[in-house]
Amino acid sequence: MKSDLIEVAQEAGFQNPNEQGYYGSFGGAYIPEMLQRNVAELKESYLKIMAEESFQQEFQQLLRDYVGRPTPLFYAERLSEELGSNIYLKREDLCHTGAHKINNTIGQILLARRLGKTRIIAETGAGQHGVATATVCALKGMECIVYMGEKDIERQAPNVARMKLLGAKVVPALSGSKTLKDATNEAIRDWINNPIDTHYIIGSVVGPHPYPDLVARFQSVISQEIRTQLLEKTGSENPTHVVACVGGGSNAAGAFYHYLDELSVKLVAVEAAGHGVNSGMSAATTQLGKSGVLHGSKSLVMQTEDGQVVEPHSISAGLDYPGIGPLHANLFKSGRGTFLSATDDEALEAAFHISKIEGIIPALETAHAFAALPRMNLTPKDVVVVCLSGRGDKDLATYMKAMGL
Amino acid sequence: MSKLSEVFKHKSNNVLNVYCTAGYPQLDSTLQIIKTLQDNGADIIELGMPYSDPLADGPVIQASSLVALDNGMTIAKLLEQLKNALSSDKRAAIILMGYMNPVLQYGFEKFCADAAAVGVDGLILPDLPEYEYETEYGAIIKKYGLDFIFLVTPETSEERVRKLDSLSSGFLYAVSSSSTTGNEKDFNAVEQYLKRLQSYNLQNPIMVGFGIKDKETFSTACKYANGAIIGTAYIKALEGVADVESATKNFLDSILK
Repeated sequence: MKSDLIEVAQEAGFQNPNEQGYYGSFGGAYIPEMLQRNVAELKESYLKIMAEESFQQEFQQLLRDYVGRPTPLFYAERLSEELGSNIYLKREDLCHTGAHKINNTIGQILLARRLGKTRIIAETGAGQHGVATATVCALKGMECIVYMGEKDIERQAPNVARMKLLGAKVVPALSGSKTLKDATNEAIRDWINNPIDTHYIIGSVVGPHPYPDLVARFQSVISQEIRTQLLEKTGSENPTHVVACVGGGSNAAGAFYHYLDELSVKLVAVEAAGHGVNSGMSAATTQLGKSGVLHGSKSLVMQTEDGQVVEPHSISAGLDYPGIGPLHANLFKSGRGTFLSATDDEALEAAFHISKIEGIIPALETAHAFAALPRMNLTPKDVVVVCLSGRGDKDLATYMKAMGL
Repeated sequence: MSKLSEVFKHKSNNVLNVYCTAGYPQLDSTLQIIKTLQDNGADIIELGMPYSDPLADGPVIQASSLVALDNGMTIAKLLEQLKNALSSDKRAAIILMGYMNPVLQYGFEKFCADAAAVGVDGLILPDLPEYEYETEYGAIIKKYGLDFIFLVTPETSEERVRKLDSLSSGFLYAVSSSSTTGNEKDFNAVEQYLKRLQSYNLQNPIMVGFGIKDKETFSTACKYANGAIIGTAYIKALEGVADVESATKNFLDSILK
C-alpha cells in the first residue's frame, strides 16, 4: 500500500519540476525577454554540466576538503529527553562560513566557470549568502558583486565587512524598501544589463526556472548525507520527521530533498511569524500569501489586494522574504508538507534554550525550527531530524540585546 | 481593424509612442497627459500600471512607480479614470504596460474585459512568457480584442524573433539593447541590430524602445524601424513639474520639431 502511494507521489513529482519548471501550479519562468538568453542558457546546460564526471569530482572534493562535509548528524540527548522523543541535528552550522548556503555557492561557481562566465553577482539579506558567494569567488578568483538592501547593510555590518575582506564589492540596493526583495531586484537588473559575461548566483530555491531546481539539487547533499548517517545510527535511512526553517526555503529543500517522495516521512517547514501571524508584522508566507508572481516565478507571495508586494517582518533577516520557493508552495498546497510558524520571541527563547542544553548556539533562522518542536506532539517512537542550518555568531548582537547585555 | 493597426496603416514611419506611469506625477495627471500627448503628436500612449517590483525598468521609471503607488494609483483606479475618456475617434492608441502580479490579483480575464471596455487597445506585460501566453493567457487577451506586444532584444535569436512576431499583434517592441529602461548607450551599436530585424520582413511593425531620449535618437531609430518609444526621458521631464501640460508640450516639441 505504502509503495503504491510513493509511486503515485513520484509520478506527480514533489522533487522535480516539469519541463516548464512547474511544481504543481507553482514555478515557471516569468521573466522579461532581456533575461531570456541567460536563463535559457542555464536551463539547457545545468543538468548536463552537473552530470559531468569532472564536475561531480570537483564539486564533491570541494564539499569535502573546503566546506568540511559530510557534516555530522548529532543525537541531541538532552533535547530528546526533554521532548520525550529522538532528535537528531544535521550540523550545517559546521560548514565553512557557518551555514548551508555554501553548498549552493560552490555548485554554482563551478557551473558558472563551465559556462565561461567571469563575473558573479548575488543578492543577500542577512549577508550569509553574500559571504558564501564572496568566499567561492575568492576561491576561484572571480569578480564578485553583492547587492544588499541599504537597510540590511546598516544592520548586518559584520557580514558586510566579511564580504569586503573576501574581495567582494557590496552594492547598496536603494530602491523600494531597501531590503532583500529589492537587493534581488537590483541583482536581476544587473544581469539584464550584463547579459554575456555574468552569472547570477541566487541564494535560495526561488527565481525563474531552473533556479529552484538547481539550488535544491546543490542543497540535496544535506538529505543525502542524512540518509546514510541515519541508517548507520538507527538501522533505517528514513526518519519520521524532517524539520527545517523556511524563508525562501533552501535549507529545507536540501533537508527534504531525498524524502520528498517518501510519503512516510513527515516534512515540517517552520516559517517566521514575526510579531504573530496576524500582527501585520510577519513573514509567514504560506499563511498570509496568495498565488502570484515574484522574482520570476509563480508562487505564494505576500501582497496587498492590488498585487503590490508587501515588506515582511522577521527578527531573522534570513527569513524576512515575502515569497517562498515554488517547491515549498506545492508542498503546502498539496498537503505533503506541514507548515508551522514561530514568532520572534519564540525563536529567541528557543535559541537561548538550545544554547544552554546542547551547547550549540543556533542561527536565529534555525531557532524557528527548534521553537516548533514542542508543539509537534512527538513520541518516543519518533525519529526527528532537525536541519541546524546555521550558527548563531552572526546573531550575537540580537541575542545580546535580548539578554539585556 | 484594431486601433494600433490603424495607426500603422496611416503612418508607417516616425510613429511616436510615449510612455508614462499612470498616477504620476499626480494621481489625476493621467487624463491631462493623454490629452496633451495626443494633441501634440504622440501616436501611441503607453500607460504604465505601477508595481512595487518592476524588474524590467530602470531606476527612473521605478521611482515614478513608487510615487504613483504613494499617490494611490491602482489598476482599478486607472480603469475608472479611463472610463469615458477614450471615446474620441481621433485619439491616440492606448496601451497598458505592467507586470503580471497586479494583473493576476485583479483577475486576468476581468482585467482584459475591463480594459477593453474602457477602450484600451493593447497590452505589454514583459514578464508574461510566451509559453504561458500560448497555453493560458493569449486566448483570453484575444477574446477581448486586445493586441498583445512581445519584446525582442539584440540577444533574441532569429528563430525566437519570428516566433514572438507571430504571437504579437499591433507591433513588435524592439528593445535596443539588453538592458533595463533608461540606460545610456552608444546608439551606433544598435543600428546593426535594427537593420537585422528589418531584414527579417516581420509581420508586425517594429517600434524601438530603451535609450530613445531626444530628437536625434528618435530619428535614428526611425531610420530602421516604424517608430520609437520614449519613456525615461519623458518621466524625467515631468519630475517636479507643476504644469504637466506645458512640460508635455515642450517635451514633444523637442522631439518632433
